[in-house]
Amino acid sequence: MKKLFQTAAASIIALTAATSHAEDIKPAVVFDMGGKFDKSFNEGVYNGVEKFSKETGIKYREFEVTNPSQREQAIRKMAQRGADPIVGVGFAQGPAIEKVAKEYPDIRFTIIDSVVDLPNVQSIEFKEHEGSFLVGVLATMASKSKKVGFIGGMDIPLIRKFACGFAQGAKYANSSAEVFSNMTGTTPSAWNDPSKGSELAKSQFDKGADVIFAAAGGTGIGVYQAAKDEGKYAIGVDSNQNHLQPGTMLTSMTKGVDVAAYNAFKSAMDGTWKPGKHALGLAENGVDWALDDNNKSLITDAMKAKVKEAREGIIAGSISVHDYKTDNSCPAL
Amino acid sequence: MDDLFLLLLSTLDSTLRVSAPLVLCAMAGIFSERSGIIDISLEGKLLAAAFAAAAVAAVSGSAFVGLGAAIVTSVLMALLHGFACITHRGNQVVSGLAINILASGLTVTLGGAWFHKGGQTPTLSGDARFSPISLPGSDFLAEIPFLGTIYVELISGHNLLVYIAFLAVPITWWVLYKTRFGLRLRAVGENPQAVDTAGISVTFLRYRSVIIAGILCGIAGAYLSTGQNAAFGKEMSAGQGYIALAAMIFGKWKPVPGLLACMLFGFLDAMAVRLQGVALPGIGEIPVQFMQALPYVLTVILLAGFIGKAIAPKAIGRPYVKER
Repeated sequence: MKKLFQTAAASIIALTAATSHAEDIKPAVVFDMGGKFDKSFNEGVYNGVEKFSKETGIKYREFEVTNPSQREQAIRKMAQRGADPIVGVGFAQGPAIEKVAKEYPDIRFTIIDSVVDLPNVQSIEFKEHEGSFLVGVLATMASKSKKVGFIGGMDIPLIRKFACGFAQGAKYANSSAEVFSNMTGTTPSAWNDPSKGSELAKSQFDKGADVIFAAAGGTGIGVYQAAKDEGKYAIGVDSNQNHLQPGTMLTSMTKGVDVAAYNAFKSAMDGTWKPGKHALGLAENGVDWALDDNNKSLITDAMKAKVKEAREGIIAGSISVHDYKTDNSCPAL
Repeated sequence: MDDLFLLLLSTLDSTLRVSAPLVLCAMAGIFSERSGIIDISLEGKLLAAAFAAAAVAAVSGSAFVGLGAAIVTSVLMALLHGFACITHRGNQVVSGLAINILASGLTVTLGGAWFHKGGQTPTLSGDARFSPISLPGSDFLAEIPFLGTIYVELISGHNLLVYIAFLAVPITWWVLYKTRFGLRLRAVGENPQAVDTAGISVTFLRYRSVIIAGILCGIAGAYLSTGQNAAFGKEMSAGQGYIALAAMIFGKWKPVPGLLACMLFGFLDAMAVRLQGVALPGIGEIPVQFMQALPYVLTVILLAGFIGKAIAPKAIGRPYVKER
């Protein structure tokens, strides 16, 4: 009798495990300003969730935020409709996720690019300074004038982290390299101003820069266009943007936002979703530089060797890349 | 010294590029408002025209066809504005705002439906864009010091629409002050009854002036998406229509002061870009935020202290009702 009971219990456990294994989830994603086709950060997330949807056949709800006040509304609406997990894209959604996550403690939230310290929130951050370091190395090596530029979107610590990593990489490749750094603006519209991006790029070209790294969302499109028009190089960000202007895109600093978004949905489905803070760097393949058919003629063997050396150094810990966000200052800039 | 000269030239060069759409929109605003129609729909017309230019240029492969489409689109929006506030005597501010909202939503929606890029249009290249024109004589004039450098670096090498923008100013001035049409247009903005008494149709005059405003905004929009940039991106006008409106008021509804106001805004913008992160002697590094706020701060200071009172056309904002 007792044995029979045990087997019954075991089979019930097995059965529940099996159902939770193929959990029927209703995933949702809230894109941020810039939109899911910004060819950059949001688009990375879009590609990740599309991949998940194609593989599993599970449809997801989505919303594109077009002004700051919509963030909280959109996330709350998703929660009210019973979506789970909900992925919030971008640092700016941090406060909104925090507020809604408190109201709905049973729903799983994933925030990309920010940290929200709650038991039902998974925070995914990237070590952008490490990836930026690598493209900084490439930039200086490709530059003839040994002057390179950085153009950021909105002036926030996260973007300064990119700038700082880039400057350190540029100076690692050549200690006398000069780095110019500009920010597009101080409001969210700075992510969507290609005209301003193009003007900033031209001003840096005028100062002698010949490679520019843009971490500026849609504003970057103007930077890449200006580089193309002037016959200089530009470096893309977040997604692989080499295809945007083949021939003048030196490389792109890629963030594994697609993988992060994919994993958030996938792990929720498998039941392996875990809250807490995750920082993805070079060692975790969270950041990288892009090499494909569009830019392989621009990257020499010497550049590959140098960037490989830098990558190994960072992973092994022999090169330490300063993270701007730890003390809000940058020794290299 | 030479470096400083080149820096100044590149700043002025950038000023011309940045202020070109502002100048066109400000002239559009002058035409509309001098005839008594408030035109806050500059922004919407600019955005819609930018979209039309990029979309049509992408499909047809010709920047000029794109320009035509931009002008047609912008004129249609201007006519809508006219229909609401001239024919039906609606509130001009409300109608203008409605057009801005309409343009903001419609461009992204149509763009998404046609190109499946979330409101962006495909990147343009070659003939689908207005490329820089090298003015005649650039080659040998470059040899002449100072003046030659100015000619080559500053005046030559812009695209066609920039030259059109700056030509629009003397043309506007000539039309407003030297033609019969201009005299009537100014009169209808000050005292429509008098114009009506003289046997001239107030309605027709006002329609013509909003159409001209539409044409100018259309050119400005085409410049944004097919000259300065190489694609349409959502909300790419980024408030430039409103800045042009401010510049126009700043310039007291007159073409030349309006041009100067636009160029001042453009210059401050170009300066802000170049002074970012640069340590000035004696002052140190200027914060980005300060440089970005400067145009607005200056506007307030200049308007309050130096420019004097800006007096609007007397009949502005008031629909004309024929007395019976």
